Amino acid sequence: MNDAAAIAIAVDGLSKRFGEVQAVSDLSVEVTEGELFGFLGPNGAGKTTTINMLTGLARPSAGKIRIGGIDCTENPKAAQHLTGVVPDESNLYPELTGFQNLSFCAALYGIRKKERETRARVLLDTFSLSDAGDRKFAGYSKGMKRKLTIAAGIIHQPEILFLDEPTTGIDVASARQIRQLIADLNRSGTTIFLTTHYIEEAERLCGRIAFIVKGRIVRIDTVADLVQPIQDAHVMQLAVSNAEPTLQDKLTAAFPHLRFQVPAPDLIRVEADEPVHVGPLVRFIEDQGIDVIEARRMRPSLEDVFVQITGIEANAMKKEKEKAGGPQ
Amino acid sequence: MKRWIAFWNIFVKDLRAYYLKPPNISWGLIFPLAWTGMFFIKSGGLKDVLSLVPGVVSLSILFGTTSLLSVTVTFEKKGRSFDRLLLAPIPLELLMLAKTSGAILFGVVNAFVPILMAAFLTDLSQVAWRAAIPAIVLIATSSTFLGLFVAVSVSEVFEAQTFSNFFRFPMVFLCGLFFPIEQLPAFLRYLSYLFPLTYGADILHGAFHGEHLMAFSTDFTALSFFCVALFLISLRNIGRRWIM
Repeated sequence: MNDAAAIAIAVDGLSKRFGEVQAVSDLSVEVTEGELFGFLGPNGAGKTTTINMLTGLARPSAGKIRIGGIDCTENPKAAQHLTGVVPDESNLYPELTGFQNLSFCAALYGIRKKERETRARVLLDTFSLSDAGDRKFAGYSKGMKRKLTIAAGIIHQPEILFLDEPTTGIDVASARQIRQLIADLNRSGTTIFLTTHYIEEAERLCGRIAFIVKGRIVRIDTVADLVQPIQDAHVMQLAVSNAEPTLQDKLTAAFPHLRFQVPAPDLIRVEADEPVHVGPLVRFIEDQGIDVIEARRMRPSLEDVFVQITGIEANAMKKEKEKAGGPQ
Repeated sequence: MKRWIAFWNIFVKDLRAYYLKPPNISWGLIFPLAWTGMFFIKSGGLKDVLSLVPGVVSLSILFGTTSLLSVTVTFEKKGRSFDRLLLAPIPLELLMLAKTSGAILFGVVNAFVPILMAAFLTDLSQVAWRAAIPAIVLIATSSTFLGLFVAVSVSEVFEAQTFSNFFRFPMVFLCGLFFPIEQLPAFLRYLSYLFPLTYGADILHGAFHGEHLMAFSTDFTALSFFCVALFLISLRNIGRRWIM
Protein backbone atom coordinates (compact mmCIF):
# COMPACT_ATOMS: atom_id res chain seq x y z
CA MET A 1 0.00 0.00 0.00
CA ASN A 2 1.20 3.51 -0.77
CA ASP A 3 1.61 5.40 2.51
CA ALA A 4 1.45 8.75 0.71
CA ALA A 5 -2.00 8.03 -0.71
CA ALA A 6 -5.02 9.30 1.22
CA ILE A 7 -7.04 6.70 3.06
CA ALA A 8 -10.61 6.38 1.80
CA ILE A 9 -11.75 3.70 4.24
CA ALA A 10 -10.06 3.00 7.57
CA VAL A 11 -11.38 0.28 9.83
CA ASP A 12 -9.80 -0.59 13.14
CA GLY A 13 -10.76 -3.53 15.34
CA LEU A 14 -14.27 -3.74 13.92
CA SER A 15 -16.48 -6.41 15.48
CA LYS A 16 -20.13 -7.33 15.28
CA ARG A 17 -22.05 -9.75 17.43
CA PHE A 18 -25.66 -10.84 16.90
CA GLY A 19 -26.63 -12.52 20.17
CA GLU A 20 -24.48 -15.62 20.40
CA VAL A 21 -23.11 -15.27 16.88
CA GLN A 22 -19.86 -13.40 16.32
CA ALA A 23 -20.40 -12.22 12.73
CA VAL A 24 -17.26 -10.09 12.41
CA SER A 25 -14.18 -10.23 14.67
CA ASP A 26 -11.51 -7.60 15.15
CA LEU A 27 -11.40 -6.56 11.52
CA SER A 28 -8.80 -3.95 10.56
CA VAL A 29 -8.18 -2.72 7.04
CA GLU A 30 -7.27 0.44 5.15
CA VAL A 31 -8.34 1.16 1.58
CA THR A 32 -6.58 3.98 -0.26
CA GLU A 33 -8.31 6.50 -2.52
CA GLY A 34 -8.79 5.17 -6.04
CA GLU A 35 -8.19 1.55 -5.01
CA LEU A 36 -10.38 -1.38 -6.07
CA PHE A 37 -10.31 -3.50 -2.95
CA GLY A 38 -11.70 -7.03 -2.91
CA PHE A 39 -13.31 -8.68 0.09
CA LEU A 40 -13.40 -12.37 -0.68
CA GLY A 41 -15.01 -15.12 1.32
CA PRO A 42 -17.68 -17.79 1.33
CA ASN A 43 -21.34 -17.15 2.17
CA GLY A 44 -21.77 -16.26 5.83
CA ALA A 45 -18.17 -15.08 6.19
CA GLY A 46 -19.26 -11.60 7.34
CA LYS A 47 -18.90 -9.66 4.08
CA THR A 48 -22.38 -8.11 4.01
CA THR A 49 -22.31 -7.41 7.75
CA THR A 50 -19.05 -5.54 7.25
CA ILE A 51 -20.51 -3.46 4.40
CA ASN A 52 -23.62 -2.76 6.49
CA MET A 53 -21.43 -1.43 9.30
CA LEU A 54 -19.34 0.67 6.92
CA THR A 55 -22.40 2.23 5.31
CA GLY A 56 -24.52 2.84 8.41
CA LEU A 57 -27.03 0.00 8.16
CA ALA A 58 -25.57 -1.80 11.19
CA ARG A 59 -23.93 -0.63 14.37
CA PRO A 60 -20.52 -2.09 15.24
CA SER A 61 -20.24 -3.89 18.57
CA ALA A 62 -16.65 -2.61 18.76
CA GLY A 63 -14.06 -0.85 16.65
CA LYS A 64 -13.65 2.38 14.70
CA ILE A 65 -14.70 3.37 11.17
CA ARG A 66 -13.44 6.36 9.18
CA ILE A 67 -14.82 7.03 5.71
CA GLY A 68 -13.12 9.77 3.66
CA GLY A 69 -11.39 10.91 6.83
CA ILE A 70 -14.70 11.31 8.71
CA ASP A 71 -15.23 9.34 11.90
CA CYS A 72 -18.49 7.45 11.32
CA THR A 73 -18.36 5.13 14.29
CA GLU A 74 -20.88 7.08 16.35
CA ASN A 75 -22.62 8.92 13.54
CA PRO A 76 -22.93 6.73 10.43
CA LYS A 77 -24.81 9.53 8.61
CA ALA A 78 -21.73 11.76 8.68
CA ALA A 79 -20.10 10.34 5.54
CA GLN A 80 -23.12 9.05 3.63
CA HIS A 81 -22.80 11.91 1.12
CA LEU A 82 -19.46 10.41 0.06
CA THR A 83 -20.59 6.85 -0.43
CA GLY A 84 -22.68 4.84 -2.82
CA VAL A 85 -23.96 1.38 -2.01
CA VAL A 86 -25.00 -1.43 -4.30
CA PRO A 87 -26.55 -4.10 -2.06
CA ASP A 88 -26.39 -7.82 -2.70
CA GLU A 89 -30.07 -7.83 -3.69
CA SER A 90 -31.59 -5.39 -6.15
CA ASN A 91 -33.77 -3.20 -3.94
CA LEU A 92 -35.20 -0.51 -6.17
CA TYR A 93 -38.89 0.34 -6.29
CA PRO A 94 -40.83 -2.23 -8.33
CA GLU A 95 -43.67 0.18 -9.10
CA LEU A 96 -41.37 2.85 -10.58
CA THR A 97 -39.82 2.76 -14.05
CA GLY A 98 -36.07 2.46 -14.51
CA PHE A 99 -35.82 6.19 -15.25
CA GLN A 100 -38.00 7.15 -12.26
CA ASN A 101 -35.95 4.91 -9.97
CA LEU A 102 -32.69 6.56 -11.01
CA SER A 103 -34.15 10.04 -10.77
CA PHE A 104 -35.58 9.28 -7.30
CA CYS A 105 -32.26 7.89 -6.06
CA ALA A 106 -30.48 11.04 -7.26
CA ALA A 107 -33.07 13.19 -5.48
CA LEU A 108 -32.23 11.44 -2.20
CA TYR A 109 -28.79 13.09 -2.50
CA GLY A 110 -30.31 16.51 -3.15
CA ILE A 111 -29.62 16.65 -6.90
CA ARG A 112 -31.94 19.03 -8.76
CA LYS A 113 -34.49 17.77 -11.26
CA LYS A 114 -32.80 18.81 -14.52
CA GLU A 115 -29.41 17.47 -13.47
CA ARG A 116 -30.76 14.17 -12.14
CA GLU A 117 -32.78 13.54 -15.29
CA THR A 118 -29.70 14.16 -17.44
CA ARG A 119 -27.66 11.78 -15.29
CA ALA A 120 -30.40 9.15 -15.37
CA ARG A 121 -30.49 9.21 -19.18
CA VAL A 122 -26.70 8.99 -19.44
CA LEU A 123 -26.58 6.04 -17.03
CA LEU A 124 -29.42 4.21 -18.78
CA ASP A 125 -27.42 4.57 -21.97
CA THR A 126 -24.14 3.49 -20.34
CA PHE A 127 -25.77 0.38 -18.91
CA SER A 128 -27.56 -0.42 -22.22
CA LEU A 129 -30.96 0.10 -20.57
CA SER A 130 -32.23 3.06 -22.60
CA ASP A 131 -34.92 0.97 -24.27
CA ALA A 132 -36.18 -0.24 -20.89
CA GLY A 133 -36.04 3.16 -19.18
CA ASP A 134 -39.82 3.63 -19.29
CA ARG A 135 -40.62 0.10 -18.15
CA LYS A 136 -41.40 -0.72 -14.54
CA PHE A 137 -38.49 -2.15 -12.54
CA ALA A 138 -40.67 -5.14 -11.53
CA GLY A 139 -40.61 -6.32 -15.15
CA TYR A 140 -36.82 -6.26 -15.56
CA SER A 141 -34.73 -9.43 -15.90
CA LYS A 142 -32.21 -10.26 -13.12
CA GLY A 143 -29.30 -8.89 -15.14
CA MET A 144 -31.17 -5.66 -15.94
CA LYS A 145 -32.11 -5.27 -12.28
CA ARG A 146 -28.48 -5.63 -11.21
CA LYS A 147 -27.35 -3.09 -13.79
CA LEU A 148 -30.00 -0.56 -12.77
CA THR A 149 -29.16 -1.12 -9.08
CA ILE A 150 -25.51 -0.35 -9.82
CA ALA A 151 -26.57 2.73 -11.82
CA ALA A 152 -28.68 3.85 -8.84
CA GLY A 153 -25.66 3.40 -6.56
CA ILE A 154 -23.49 5.73 -8.65
CA ILE A 155 -25.97 8.35 -9.90
CA HIS A 156 -24.84 10.81 -7.22
CA GLN A 157 -21.21 10.23 -8.30
CA PRO A 158 -19.92 8.93 -4.97
CA GLU A 159 -16.22 9.03 -4.14
CA ILE A 160 -16.43 5.61 -2.52
CA LEU A 161 -18.59 2.79 -3.82
CA PHE A 162 -19.52 -0.33 -1.86
CA LEU A 163 -20.45 -3.20 -4.15
CA ASP A 164 -21.89 -6.26 -2.46
CA GLU A 165 -21.78 -9.36 -4.68
CA PRO A 166 -22.53 -7.39 -7.86
CA THR A 167 -22.59 -10.33 -10.26
CA THR A 168 -24.28 -12.99 -8.13
CA GLY A 169 -27.05 -14.88 -9.87
CA ILE A 170 -26.96 -13.19 -13.27
CA ASP A 171 -26.15 -14.43 -16.77
CA VAL A 172 -22.62 -14.56 -18.17
CA ALA A 173 -23.02 -11.65 -20.59
CA SER A 174 -24.48 -9.31 -17.96
CA ALA A 175 -21.80 -10.33 -15.44
CA ARG A 176 -19.09 -9.57 -17.98
CA GLN A 177 -20.60 -6.18 -18.76
CA ILE A 178 -20.90 -5.35 -15.05
CA ARG A 179 -17.24 -6.28 -14.45
CA GLN A 180 -16.23 -3.99 -17.31
CA LEU A 181 -18.31 -1.16 -15.85
CA ILE A 182 -16.74 -1.68 -12.41
CA ALA A 183 -13.26 -1.52 -13.92
CA ASP A 184 -14.18 1.65 -15.86
CA LEU A 185 -15.59 3.27 -12.73
CA ASN A 186 -12.40 2.53 -10.84
CA ARG A 187 -10.29 3.90 -13.68
CA SER A 188 -12.28 7.12 -13.47
CA GLY A 189 -11.13 7.51 -9.85
CA THR A 190 -13.89 5.93 -7.74
CA THR A 191 -12.65 3.96 -4.75
CA ILE A 192 -14.39 0.60 -4.80
CA PHE A 193 -14.91 -1.85 -1.96
CA LEU A 194 -16.09 -5.04 -3.63
CA THR A 195 -17.32 -8.13 -1.84
CA THR A 196 -17.58 -11.33 -3.79
CA HIS A 197 -17.34 -15.06 -3.40
CA TYR A 198 -16.20 -15.44 -7.01
CA ILE A 199 -12.44 -15.91 -6.77
CA GLU A 200 -11.83 -15.27 -10.46
CA GLU A 201 -13.86 -12.04 -10.29
CA ALA A 202 -11.71 -10.73 -7.45
CA GLU A 203 -8.54 -11.81 -9.26
CA ARG A 204 -9.61 -10.09 -12.47
CA LEU A 205 -10.76 -6.80 -10.94
CA CYS A 206 -9.01 -6.08 -7.66
CA GLY A 207 -5.65 -4.59 -6.83
CA ARG A 208 -5.65 -5.90 -3.27
CA ILE A 209 -7.74 -8.61 -1.73
CA ALA A 210 -8.68 -9.56 1.81
CA PHE A 211 -9.71 -13.15 2.48
CA ILE A 212 -12.42 -13.27 5.15
CA VAL A 213 -13.47 -16.51 6.80
CA LYS A 214 -15.85 -16.80 9.77
CA GLY A 215 -15.75 -13.06 10.37
CA ARG A 216 -11.97 -12.77 10.47
CA ILE A 217 -9.54 -11.49 7.84
CA VAL A 218 -7.04 -14.29 7.32
CA ARG A 219 -4.89 -12.52 4.72
CA ILE A 220 -4.66 -9.17 2.89
CA ASP A 221 -2.32 -8.64 -0.05
CA THR A 222 -2.05 -7.72 -3.70
CA VAL A 223 -3.08 -10.43 -6.17
CA ALA A 224 0.55 -10.66 -7.40
CA ASP A 225 1.94 -11.10 -3.88
CA LEU A 226 -0.75 -13.61 -2.98
CA VAL A 227 0.05 -15.79 -5.96
CA GLN A 228 3.84 -15.33 -5.79
CA PRO A 229 4.63 -18.13 -3.25
CA ILE A 230 3.02 -20.74 -5.48
CA GLN A 231 4.13 -19.16 -8.76
CA ASP A 232 6.97 -21.68 -9.05
CA ALA A 233 4.73 -24.66 -8.48
CA HIS A 234 4.07 -26.87 -11.49
CA VAL A 235 0.40 -27.68 -11.95
CA MET A 236 -1.01 -29.91 -14.66
CA GLN A 237 -4.53 -31.04 -15.44
CA LEU A 238 -5.29 -34.25 -17.31
CA ALA A 239 -8.67 -34.72 -18.96
CA VAL A 240 -9.46 -38.45 -18.87
CA SER A 241 -12.28 -40.74 -19.98
CA ASN A 242 -13.42 -42.05 -16.58
CA ALA A 243 -11.18 -42.18 -13.53
CA GLU A 244 -12.00 -44.94 -11.05
CA PRO A 245 -12.24 -43.98 -7.32
CA THR A 246 -8.99 -45.77 -6.39
CA LEU A 247 -6.93 -44.09 -9.10
CA GLN A 248 -5.64 -41.30 -6.83
CA ASP A 249 -4.12 -43.82 -4.38
CA LYS A 250 -2.56 -45.85 -7.21
CA LEU A 251 -1.02 -42.70 -8.73
CA THR A 252 0.34 -41.52 -5.36
CA ALA A 253 1.95 -44.93 -4.79
CA ALA A 254 3.50 -45.00 -8.27
CA PHE A 255 4.69 -41.36 -8.32
CA PRO A 256 5.43 -40.39 -4.70
CA HIS A 257 7.12 -37.09 -5.70
CA LEU A 258 3.87 -35.82 -7.28
CA ARG A 259 0.66 -34.65 -5.55
CA PHE A 260 -2.62 -35.83 -7.10
CA GLN A 261 -6.25 -34.73 -6.84
CA VAL A 262 -9.23 -36.22 -8.67
CA PRO A 263 -11.88 -33.46 -8.29
CA ALA A 264 -14.14 -35.07 -10.92
CA PRO A 265 -14.25 -38.49 -12.65
CA ASP A 266 -12.94 -36.91 -15.86
CA LEU A 267 -10.20 -34.76 -14.31
CA ILE A 268 -6.87 -35.40 -12.62
CA ARG A 269 -4.89 -32.54 -11.12
CA VAL A 270 -1.15 -32.99 -10.63
CA GLU A 271 1.11 -30.68 -8.60
CA ALA A 272 4.88 -30.84 -8.26
CA ASP A 273 7.84 -28.72 -7.22
CA GLU A 274 9.63 -29.47 -10.51
CA PRO A 275 8.49 -30.01 -14.12
CA VAL A 276 6.15 -32.98 -14.52
CA HIS A 277 7.27 -35.65 -17.01
CA VAL A 278 4.06 -36.40 -18.81
CA GLY A 279 5.07 -39.60 -20.69
CA PRO A 280 5.36 -42.05 -17.77
CA LEU A 281 2.26 -40.55 -16.16
CA VAL A 282 0.10 -40.93 -19.27
CA ARG A 283 1.37 -44.48 -19.88
CA PHE A 284 0.54 -45.47 -16.26
CA ILE A 285 -2.98 -44.08 -16.49
CA GLU A 286 -3.64 -45.74 -19.85
CA ASP A 287 -2.35 -49.04 -18.42
CA GLN A 288 -5.25 -48.74 -15.92
CA GLY A 289 -7.65 -48.80 -18.87
CA ILE A 290 -8.36 -45.05 -18.77
CA ASP A 291 -7.97 -42.85 -21.86
CA VAL A 292 -6.02 -39.61 -21.46
CA ILE A 293 -7.73 -37.06 -23.70
CA GLU A 294 -5.71 -33.93 -22.95
CA ALA A 295 -2.85 -32.75 -20.74
CA ARG A 296 -2.56 -29.05 -19.96
CA ARG A 297 -0.14 -27.04 -17.81
CA MET A 298 -2.02 -24.67 -15.50
CA ARG A 299 -0.95 -21.28 -14.17
CA PRO A 300 -1.31 -21.24 -10.37
CA SER A 301 -4.38 -19.14 -9.64
CA LEU A 302 -5.77 -17.11 -6.78
CA GLU A 303 -8.12 -20.02 -6.20
CA ASP A 304 -5.13 -22.19 -5.29
CA VAL A 305 -3.95 -19.52 -2.85
CA PHE A 306 -7.44 -19.20 -1.35
CA VAL A 307 -7.70 -22.94 -0.83
CA GLN A 308 -4.21 -23.06 0.66
CA ILE A 309 -4.80 -20.18 3.09
CA THR A 310 -8.41 -20.76 4.13
CA GLY A 311 -8.68 -24.50 3.77
CA ILE A 312 -11.97 -23.97 1.93
CA GLU A 313 -12.21 -26.12 -1.15
CA ALA A 314 -12.96 -24.47 -4.46
CA ASN A 315 -15.82 -26.96 -4.91
CA ALA A 316 -17.55 -25.55 -1.83
CA MET A 317 -17.38 -22.06 -3.30
CA LYS A 318 -18.73 -23.38 -6.60
CA LYS A 319 -21.69 -24.96 -4.83
CA GLU A 320 -22.38 -21.56 -3.29
CA LYS A 321 -22.31 -20.04 -6.76
CA GLU A 322 -24.93 -22.51 -7.94
CA LYS A 323 -27.09 -21.87 -4.87
CA ALA A 324 -26.73 -18.13 -5.37
CA GLY A 325 -28.17 -18.26 -8.81
CA GLY A 326 -26.41 -20.15 -11.52
CA PRO A 327 -23.20 -20.27 -13.45
CA GLN A 328 -21.02 -17.33 -14.45
CA MET B 1 -31.86 22.79 0.41
CA LYS B 2 -30.53 19.37 -0.61
CA ARG B 3 -32.37 17.75 2.28
CA TRP B 4 -35.64 19.37 1.24
CA ILE B 5 -35.20 18.12 -2.32
CA ALA B 6 -34.95 14.64 -0.82
CA PHE B 7 -37.93 15.30 1.50
CA TRP B 8 -40.16 16.54 -1.33
CA ASN B 9 -39.26 13.65 -3.64
CA ILE B 10 -39.92 11.00 -0.97
CA PHE B 11 -43.29 12.66 -0.27
CA VAL B 12 -44.24 12.86 -3.97
CA LYS B 13 -43.00 9.33 -4.68
CA ASP B 14 -45.16 7.92 -1.87
CA LEU B 15 -48.21 9.87 -3.02
CA ARG B 16 -47.82 8.49 -6.54
CA ALA B 17 -46.81 4.98 -5.57
CA TYR B 18 -49.31 4.40 -2.76
CA TYR B 19 -51.85 7.08 -1.89
CA LEU B 20 -53.04 8.10 -5.36
CA LYS B 21 -53.48 4.51 -6.53
CA PRO B 22 -57.11 3.74 -7.49
CA PRO B 23 -57.62 1.06 -4.77
CA ASN B 24 -56.51 3.49 -2.08
CA ILE B 25 -58.58 6.36 -3.47
CA SER B 26 -61.60 4.06 -3.45
CA TRP B 27 -60.71 3.02 0.12
CA GLY B 28 -60.67 6.72 1.03
CA LEU B 29 -64.18 7.14 -0.42
CA ILE B 30 -65.88 3.84 0.37
CA PHE B 31 -64.71 3.54 3.94
CA PRO B 32 -66.14 6.87 5.14
CA LEU B 33 -69.31 6.15 3.12
CA ALA B 34 -69.73 2.82 4.87
CA TRP B 35 -69.13 4.38 8.31
CA THR B 36 -71.58 7.16 7.55
CA GLY B 37 -74.23 4.68 6.44
CA MET B 38 -73.71 2.60 9.55
CA PHE B 39 -74.05 5.61 11.85
CA PHE B 40 -77.16 6.81 10.04
CA ILE B 41 -78.80 3.41 10.43
CA LYS B 42 -77.83 3.31 14.09
CA SER B 43 -79.26 6.79 14.76
CA GLY B 44 -82.42 6.09 12.83
CA GLY B 45 -82.08 8.55 9.96
CA LEU B 46 -80.93 12.06 9.25
CA LYS B 47 -82.13 13.64 12.49
CA ASP B 48 -78.80 14.70 13.90
CA VAL B 49 -76.14 14.65 11.20
CA LEU B 50 -73.85 17.06 13.06
CA SER B 51 -73.53 14.67 16.00
CA LEU B 52 -72.56 11.85 13.62
CA VAL B 53 -69.87 13.67 11.65
CA PRO B 54 -67.14 13.67 14.38
CA GLY B 55 -67.34 9.90 14.71
CA VAL B 56 -67.24 9.22 10.98
CA VAL B 57 -64.40 11.71 10.45
CA SER B 58 -62.34 10.25 13.31
CA LEU B 59 -62.75 6.66 12.19
CA SER B 60 -62.04 7.47 8.55
CA ILE B 61 -58.78 9.14 9.50
CA LEU B 62 -57.78 6.47 12.00
CA PHE B 63 -58.35 3.49 9.71
CA GLY B 64 -57.10 5.21 6.54
CA THR B 65 -53.78 6.40 7.94
CA THR B 66 -52.85 3.48 10.20
CA SER B 67 -53.68 0.88 7.54
CA LEU B 68 -51.76 2.47 4.72
CA LEU B 69 -48.70 3.71 6.55
CA SER B 70 -48.09 0.54 8.53
CA VAL B 71 -48.44 -1.58 5.39
CA THR B 72 -46.37 0.58 3.02
CA VAL B 73 -43.47 1.01 5.43
CA THR B 74 -43.46 -2.70 6.31
CA PHE B 75 -43.62 -3.54 2.59
CA GLU B 76 -40.64 -1.30 1.81
CA LYS B 77 -38.67 -2.64 4.75
CA LYS B 78 -39.31 -6.23 3.74
CA GLY B 79 -38.36 -5.50 0.11
CA ARG B 80 -35.26 -3.70 1.41
CA SER B 81 -36.02 -0.56 -0.59
CA PHE B 82 -36.32 1.21 2.78
CA ASP B 83 -32.57 0.56 3.24
CA ARG B 84 -32.01 2.87 0.27
CA LEU B 85 -33.58 5.68 2.29
CA LEU B 86 -31.53 4.83 5.37
CA LEU B 87 -28.36 5.00 3.23
CA ALA B 88 -29.14 8.52 1.98
CA PRO B 89 -27.55 11.49 3.75
CA ILE B 90 -30.82 12.65 5.29
CA PRO B 91 -31.36 12.90 9.07
CA LEU B 92 -33.62 10.10 10.27
CA GLU B 93 -36.15 12.60 11.68
CA LEU B 94 -36.57 14.33 8.31
CA LEU B 95 -36.68 11.02 6.47
CA MET B 96 -39.51 9.72 8.64
CA LEU B 97 -41.40 13.00 8.40
CA ALA B 98 -41.16 12.67 4.61
CA LYS B 99 -42.39 9.07 4.77
CA THR B 100 -45.33 10.00 7.00
CA SER B 101 -46.40 13.26 5.31
CA GLY B 102 -48.20 11.42 2.52
CA ALA B 103 -50.25 9.41 5.02
CA ILE B 104 -51.11 12.53 7.03
CA LEU B 105 -52.34 14.25 3.87
CA PHE B 106 -54.29 11.09 2.94
CA GLY B 107 -55.92 11.13 6.39
CA VAL B 108 -56.89 14.79 6.09
CA VAL B 109 -58.39 14.25 2.63
CA ASN B 110 -60.26 11.18 3.98
CA ALA B 111 -61.71 13.35 6.74
CA PHE B 112 -63.30 15.72 4.26
CA VAL B 113 -65.22 12.99 2.42
CA PRO B 114 -67.88 12.65 5.19
CA ILE B 115 -67.78 16.40 5.80
CA LEU B 116 -68.59 17.03 2.13
CA MET B 117 -71.40 14.48 2.31
CA ALA B 118 -72.74 16.13 5.46
CA ALA B 119 -72.71 19.49 3.66
CA PHE B 120 -75.46 18.19 1.37
CA LEU B 121 -77.57 17.01 4.31
CA THR B 122 -77.26 19.78 6.88
CA ASP B 123 -76.09 23.30 7.54
CA LEU B 124 -72.39 23.42 8.47
CA SER B 125 -72.18 27.17 8.94
CA GLN B 126 -72.18 26.85 12.72
CA VAL B 127 -69.20 24.48 12.80
CA ALA B 128 -66.14 25.88 14.59
CA TRP B 129 -63.69 25.26 11.75
CA ARG B 130 -60.82 26.98 13.57
CA ALA B 131 -60.94 24.09 16.05
CA ALA B 132 -62.09 21.36 13.65
CA ILE B 133 -59.38 21.74 10.99
CA PRO B 134 -56.36 21.72 13.35
CA ALA B 135 -58.00 18.79 15.16
CA ILE B 136 -58.35 16.86 11.88
CA VAL B 137 -54.67 17.52 11.08
CA LEU B 138 -53.59 16.42 14.57
CA ILE B 139 -55.79 13.30 14.50
CA ALA B 140 -54.27 12.42 11.10
CA THR B 141 -50.76 13.05 12.44
CA SER B 142 -51.19 11.03 15.63
CA SER B 143 -52.88 8.17 13.73
CA THR B 144 -50.10 8.16 11.13
CA PHE B 145 -47.45 8.05 13.83
CA LEU B 146 -49.39 5.20 15.46
CA GLY B 147 -49.16 3.43 12.08
CA LEU B 148 -45.42 4.14 12.04
CA PHE B 149 -45.08 2.73 15.55
CA VAL B 150 -46.87 -0.43 14.36
CA ALA B 151 -44.73 -0.67 11.18
CA VAL B 152 -41.51 -0.50 13.18
CA SER B 153 -42.74 -3.14 15.61
CA VAL B 154 -43.51 -5.87 13.04
CA SER B 155 -41.71 -7.48 10.15
CA GLU B 156 -44.52 -8.90 7.99
CA VAL B 157 -47.27 -7.00 6.20
CA PHE B 158 -50.06 -9.18 7.66
CA GLU B 159 -48.67 -8.58 11.16
CA ALA B 160 -48.98 -4.84 10.57
CA GLN B 161 -52.75 -5.15 10.06
CA THR B 162 -53.24 -7.47 13.03
CA PHE B 163 -51.13 -5.36 15.35
CA SER B 164 -52.88 -2.16 14.18
CA ASN B 165 -56.23 -3.63 15.25
CA PHE B 166 -54.83 -4.28 18.70
CA PHE B 167 -54.79 -0.48 19.14
CA ARG B 168 -57.56 0.59 16.80
CA PHE B 169 -60.54 -1.32 18.11
CA PRO B 170 -60.16 -0.49 21.81
CA MET B 171 -59.61 3.11 20.72
CA VAL B 172 -62.78 3.14 18.60
CA PHE B 173 -64.95 1.82 21.42
CA LEU B 174 -63.41 3.81 24.25
CA CYS B 175 -62.79 7.23 22.69
CA GLY B 176 -66.33 8.47 23.24
CA LEU B 177 -67.69 7.94 19.74
CA PHE B 178 -69.99 5.00 20.55
CA PHE B 179 -70.37 5.38 24.31
CA PRO B 180 -70.06 8.67 26.20
CA ILE B 181 -66.82 8.55 28.20
CA GLU B 182 -68.54 9.78 31.37
CA GLN B 183 -70.83 6.72 31.28
CA LEU B 184 -67.96 4.21 31.03
CA PRO B 185 -66.88 2.20 34.13
CA ALA B 186 -64.10 4.00 36.00
CA PHE B 187 -61.21 1.78 34.85
CA LEU B 188 -62.29 2.04 31.18
CA ARG B 189 -62.69 5.80 31.58
CA TYR B 190 -59.07 6.06 32.73
CA LEU B 191 -58.01 3.81 29.87
CA SER B 192 -59.82 6.01 27.34
CA TYR B 193 -57.64 8.96 28.34
CA LEU B 194 -54.60 7.00 27.14
CA PHE B 195 -55.83 7.15 23.53
CA PRO B 196 -55.11 10.14 21.27
CA LEU B 197 -58.45 9.70 19.48
CA THR B 198 -60.33 10.50 22.71
CA TYR B 199 -58.99 14.06 22.60
CA GLY B 200 -59.42 14.43 18.83
CA ALA B 201 -63.03 13.19 18.95
CA ASP B 202 -63.73 15.53 21.88
CA ILE B 203 -62.55 18.57 19.86
CA LEU B 204 -64.64 17.47 16.86
CA HIS B 205 -67.74 16.99 19.04
CA GLY B 206 -67.22 20.48 20.40
CA ALA B 207 -66.56 21.97 16.97
CA PHE B 208 -69.55 20.32 15.24
CA HIS B 209 -72.31 20.39 17.87
CA GLY B 210 -70.88 22.23 20.86
CA GLU B 211 -70.69 19.33 23.34
CA HIS B 212 -67.26 18.42 24.67
CA LEU B 213 -65.85 17.01 27.88
CA MET B 214 -62.53 18.78 28.17
CA ALA B 215 -61.28 22.27 27.33
CA PHE B 216 -59.97 22.57 23.76
CA SER B 217 -56.59 23.63 25.14
CA THR B 218 -56.37 20.35 27.09
CA ASP B 219 -57.41 18.34 24.03
CA PHE B 220 -54.90 20.05 21.72
CA THR B 221 -52.09 19.74 24.26
CA ALA B 222 -52.79 16.03 24.76
CA LEU B 223 -53.05 15.36 21.01
CA SER B 224 -49.80 17.22 20.35
CA PHE B 225 -48.13 15.27 23.14
CA PHE B 226 -49.24 11.96 21.56
CA CYS B 227 -47.92 13.07 18.15
CA VAL B 228 -44.48 13.95 19.53
CA ALA B 229 -44.28 10.89 21.80
CA LEU B 230 -45.31 8.38 19.11
CA PHE B 231 -42.87 9.91 16.62
CA LEU B 232 -39.95 9.89 19.05
CA ILE B 233 -40.67 6.33 20.20
CA SER B 234 -40.84 5.20 16.55
CA LEU B 235 -37.53 6.92 15.76
CA ARG B 236 -35.90 5.23 18.74
CA ASN B 237 -37.30 1.86 17.65
CA ILE B 238 -36.05 2.37 14.09
CA GLY B 239 -32.58 3.01 15.48
CA ARG B 240 -32.79 -0.13 17.61
CA ARG B 241 -34.52 -2.54 15.25
CA TRP B 242 -33.57 -1.44 11.74
CA ILE B 243 -30.02 -0.16 12.24
CA MET B 244 -28.88 -3.20 14.19
